[in-house]
Amino acid sequence: MGVEQKLGNLGVLTTKLEEAINWSRTRAMWPMLFGLACCAIEMMSAQASDYDMSRFGMELMRPSPRQSDLMIVAGRVSRKMAPVLRRLYDQMPDPKWVIAMGDCASCGGVFNNYAIVQGVDEVVPVDVYVAGCPPRPEALIHGILTLHAKVRGEKLADWA
Amino acid sequence: MDLVDRAVEILRGKMKDAIPAVETFRGETAVVVRPEAIAEACRLLRDDPRLRFDFLAALTAVDYWPDEPRFAVVYELYSIPHRVFLRLRVPLSSTAAEVPTIEGVYPNANWHEREVFDMFGITFVGHSDLRRVLMPFDWVGHPLRKDYPLGYEEVQFSFNHEEIDRKKPYAQE
Repeated sequence: MGVEQKLGNLGVLTTKLEEAINWSRTRAMWPMLFGLACCAIEMMSAQASDYDMSRFGMELMRPSPRQSDLMIVAGRVSRKMAPVLRRLYDQMPDPKWVIAMGDCASCGGVFNNYAIVQGVDEVVPVDVYVAGCPPRPEALIHGILTLHAKVRGEKLADWA
Repeated sequence: MDLVDRAVEILRGKMKDAIPAVETFRGETAVVVRPEAIAEACRLLRDDPRLRFDFLAALTAVDYWPDEPRFAVVYELYSIPHRVFLRLRVPLSSTAAEVPTIEGVYPNANWHEREVFDMFGITFVGHSDLRRVLMPFDWVGHPLRKDYPLGYEEVQFSFNHEEIDRKKPYAQE
């Protein structure tokens, strides 16, 4: 609006900086491998050709926290694993997001005992919880799209 | 005569004072051994050319709380040449929950004994590296003891969601 109408088609698109940045963040959100239990199998399946998460620019599962934007905690986190999880989260560069995949990561699930953290939100701040035991790949992809909607709504003023 | 009976006979012949009882249940024999004699009994069973129990298949413990003797350390030996299992049991009282290590006889007892120490708090005297193996090193207590709390947390439902939400320790950025 505005400049395109006056100058004609220059092959230029104008938009808000906020929208451009949020769009680029959602279209190349590299997840970090954090497969801890059976949810990891569904996460692999979501990655593989049937469900194909690369449709959303997520073809790369990074084994290194320094190259990833999204941590998918897939499985139950034991109290011994919790410090490792937090350390990997701290090593991820900003901006970063966390999906708690499955009941165990969300609230402890069936493992209501001394050894399992009752929800990974006690260790890292979680953006999206995906329910299911384990969730199907569609559910994980729905969770990722929910996260994308959340990221698209982020405001420039909140980052600075 | 089958090999288990022969092993019991040989043990009785060599170290009678150290074997207070022999228990048989559904065709399985467990030899009760006094704690101070366990390493010698294992060495005897391993080195006797007629027996050759050369493999420690399992080493674990049982907690009979609140009965006394409270603990029993269980040694499951296997003779690979004869394909026979033999079980040794060492009862321990709760006041003196310690037993000599058998690491010198079966080197794989190292991690087994560490696990029993971690889960039951039974001390293995003379062990080369008696640290926790499963739980974090700063963990307090021994989880497989019968008097250890299970650590259940209240389950969050819609009717108590807010009450639990208020005291839940959420992580910060």
